[in-house]
Amino acid sequence: MSDSASGFKWVGTRPVRPDGLDKVTGRANFGADFTMPGMLVGRILRSPHAHARVAGIDASAALAVPGVKAVVTAEDFPEIPDGDLMVGEGPMNFRDLSCNVMARGKVLYDGHPVAAVAATSRAAAEEALDRIRVDYEVLPHVVDVLEAMEPGAPLLHENLFTEGVDPKPDRPSNVASRVEFSLGDVEAGFAEADVVVEGEYTTEAVHQGYIEPHAAVASVGEDGHCTVWCSSQGQFMVRAYCAKLLGVENSRIRVIPSEIGGGFGGKTTIYVEPVALALSRKAGRPVKIVMDRDEVFRATGPTSSTHVKVRIGATKDGRITAGDTELRYQAGAFSGSPVQLGCMTAFAPYHLDHVRAVGYDVVVNRPKCAAYRAPGAPMAAFGVESALDELAGKLGMDPLELRLANAAREGTKAAYGPRFRQIGYVETVEAALAHEHYRAALGPNQGRGVASGFWFNIGGQSSAAVHVNEDGTAVVVDPNPDIGGSRASMAIMAAEVLGIDYDRVRPIVPDTSSIPYSDMTGGSRVTFAVGMAVVEAAKQVVEELRSRAAKVWDVDVDGVVWENGEARPASSNVGEFEPLSLAALAEGSAKTGGPISGQATINARGAGPGFGTHVCDVEVDPDTGRVTVLRYTAVQDVGRAIHPSYVEGQLQGGAAQGIGWALNEEYVYSEAGTLENPGFLDYRVPVASDLPMIDTVLVEVPNPRHPYGVRGVGEVPIIPPLAAVANAIRHACGTRMNHLPASPPRLLAALDAAKLPEAAD
Amino acid sequence: MRSIQYEAPATVDEAVARLAEAGDKARPLAGGTDLIVQMRSRLISPEVIVDVKNIPELLQVSEEGGGFRVGAAVPGAVLGENEAVVAMWPGVVEAFELIGSTQIQGRASLGGNLCNGSPAADSTPAMIAAGVTCEIAGPNGRREAPVEDLVTAPGETSLGRGELVVSFFLPPRPARTGDAYLRFIPRTEMDIAVVGVGVCVTLDDGGTCTGARVGLGAVAPRPLLVPAAADALVGTRLDDGAMANLAAAASAACNPIDDKRGTKTYRIKVAGVLARRAAGIASERARSN
Repeated sequence: MSDSASGFKWVGTRPVRPDGLDKVTGRANFGADFTMPGMLVGRILRSPHAHARVAGIDASAALAVPGVKAVVTAEDFPEIPDGDLMVGEGPMNFRDLSCNVMARGKVLYDGHPVAAVAATSRAAAEEALDRIRVDYEVLPHVVDVLEAMEPGAPLLHENLFTEGVDPKPDRPSNVASRVEFSLGDVEAGFAEADVVVEGEYTTEAVHQGYIEPHAAVASVGEDGHCTVWCSSQGQFMVRAYCAKLLGVENSRIRVIPSEIGGGFGGKTTIYVEPVALALSRKAGRPVKIVMDRDEVFRATGPTSSTHVKVRIGATKDGRITAGDTELRYQAGAFSGSPVQLGCMTAFAPYHLDHVRAVGYDVVVNRPKCAAYRAPGAPMAAFGVESALDELAGKLGMDPLELRLANAAREGTKAAYGPRFRQIGYVETVEAALAHEHYRAALGPNQGRGVASGFWFNIGGQSSAAVHVNEDGTAVVVDPNPDIGGSRASMAIMAAEVLGIDYDRVRPIVPDTSSIPYSDMTGGSRVTFAVGMAVVEAAKQVVEELRSRAAKVWDVDVDGVVWENGEARPASSNVGEFEPLSLAALAEGSAKTGGPISGQATINARGAGPGFGTHVCDVEVDPDTGRVTVLRYTAVQDVGRAIHPSYVEGQLQGGAAQGIGWALNEEYVYSEAGTLENPGFLDYRVPVASDLPMIDTVLVEVPNPRHPYGVRGVGEVPIIPPLAAVANAIRHACGTRMNHLPASPPRLLAALDAAKLPEAAD
Repeated sequence: MRSIQYEAPATVDEAVARLAEAGDKARPLAGGTDLIVQMRSRLISPEVIVDVKNIPELLQVSEEGGGFRVGAAVPGAVLGENEAVVAMWPGVVEAFELIGSTQIQGRASLGGNLCNGSPAADSTPAMIAAGVTCEIAGPNGRREAPVEDLVTAPGETSLGRGELVVSFFLPPRPARTGDAYLRFIPRTEMDIAVVGVGVCVTLDDGGTCTGARVGLGAVAPRPLLVPAAADALVGTRLDDGAMANLAAAASAACNPIDDKRGTKTYRIKVAGVLARRAAGIASERARSN
């Protein structure tokens, strides 16, 4: 298994993941799998209206249903003042979060919770839901981002005044904020241009589409101490958010994480957990809530539908002189769309002297957006990378050569502020250009598209512990829910530092009381940041092992080195001693100072930005508008792949989700503002047979600020596919899809409207 | 609190009696791939479930008069393995096998697919094209009806109180006859037809079409038999002009809605496209028979 070229024994190898067997045999425990004696079933009553004032709620008939133990409404949660509060992750508006979890005064979208019931059976709980009388005064609604910005649009919040504009508006609107990032002088840049391309691009709301619905069991004891078992991307997040929403201290809540059946950002917030806690507090028994799929679609996730304007100018020889974009993202019912991240990432792969991105965060009568893999970036990249394809066409230039000629490199100053250190964008474009795929022949009605993407990747507060067991095996306590194979990566890094076999290192994900705080699993941070904490904790163990060996040998600790999993004398001057293995030192630890362990808490800095470039071939059926993805290659700078299979899996998964976004996934609303397709039948994620095997190319430009060169990898690969697919469609049939998804009805309508010949252009 | 009465009769007479007693409150259960899903989604709440999977007649496939009698509860996986049926009516079988996934195929039945009343049922247009009839048992005895007469509106059928579809008769296939079914879905599988077209053609020795039937699904409130589309083919050698007329007639027969699965315009156009393509496959099969 060793990789002699890299000098590593475990880093870069592909062992089986520690959680793999339990998952493929059905033994793993996910959010819905936990049960307790006396547990009640919780169900949530949801608004059937897109927008309505709640004049009153009468639950008396529900409480009369046999088996019903408690009903809660917003009255059972403390009213939280408006404004941001700091928690571990950063600022958060807990009034909005509270009102999203349980509507207060108004319902703002179809599916918005208004009440919840705990009963001894699901049937009793559902009968009770039917008997709760809610008096709704239905209000006009708006679900479209541009319509919501119009003067006179139905207003969601009477206290929402646009931030970021001067002077501050004197009237409320649905525009929560305006943000701007710029560098140089874009108009001066356009004055230098020989060619200018302009376009408007629209994307629909898409859901993260995790298979596991949100689920939690909550138990509130007589003394007010609470335990929550749930699936999330951060047990510390669940603890902090629930504490704020229920008005209790963090120390009163212990959150025990289950396995997580997919999150993709959608489990970085809470929905059912505080409701289960409130029901349990009232009923005096444990309460379990498991969402149905339609609840997941109607009331969790999704990400924004967007409108993006792009203008790019270039000289005849392909130097981009200016890039300008305006992004309008709907946030759902409460402010906080990822438009700012869209602005920051839009032109980040390129070295531009003159660049500007302006974004508007807009509220509409839809579920509150949650993070989705590289939040905000795919929609901005769809606009910019489509426009670049148009530009390459106008210039008569190869689209990858155009990107290469303008690529961000070490020293490039990004529009959003920083100057890039070592980055591998150029290497991804070169690898795509050199790939056999890029030269492969295409048939009739087939076309090829390319696109690139950038994601920051983050570090953040992280903890980890490494415990040496008395038999010489080790436990890695990794506080972050594992959504992408991170336990395998943590075990690999610990094994590498300790010098013992991967199979002798067992990683676990602990509860909130068993390890210091760690930020959520998100931002592609875990293998980088938590990995650094694991490496540091493992290094502490090695230091301890050296000192124990020094004690055994009665030499100075400086005279002991740790090599290949054993303590050895640093030189013959130290003395002649047989090496002491980790197992031997563990076995004798009682005589040398007790159990051996290390624990690290860090705030990791120096996350390495990630870049990817994708190549996509499609075939368009000119009579039905059906698009078949024939071939797909994802190239990405991954820093260093700790476990290459799981890194490749991230690239493939991101590409698959991006292709779904591009082709068929979308939220469909009725005239009344209700969601028409809250299920996997009509919310069409790609099925396995829809996709070709997605080829991956791992480019490794190590991040110098990580001990093994790690960069985050999970988010970049969802950014290029929207434009890569759209560009491929353009080259297959001559029609540019400015509006995604390019579903068959939408594409056929565009083809018929264009009345272009069926053959490739 | 709601309760459900579950009945598992062993004979058709018993099943009919149970269904007749309970009327609208009862639903027959074959594979359950629609019924159970609708109950779980709280779309329907029947009080009596009459499981028909213990009735031998509903689970048999047998030769009859040169054709085949197929029990209404025979699952797709079983019919798909019946080589004689596949050889005679490949279009009917391939339509049946498009329903759901491998797991669903172990349960789903022709009777359920038809009596669920969906205008988008895959097997229905194929059965209409093949001229399949169904045998219906009821309190007043048995009757035979063409498949196209069963569904009257979304979720509604012409079955009377206590009536149960017990089997389908796939007629003997005339010489030089072939059938085919195509549906359009945005994905490759696990989806509901946006448009479904079944076509059956009979050719003479010289390759002239002497008979045709065209069934359409998902383009109107009920599955349709489209005589005008068949007329476009009969008497022709299935040349491009005839195919264009077929497409136009199929499109003209559509009376679809705009919904989450497709627009009205889209369904009308694609019905023509698929009719042409399905007729192409059916005529290839007819020539090789």
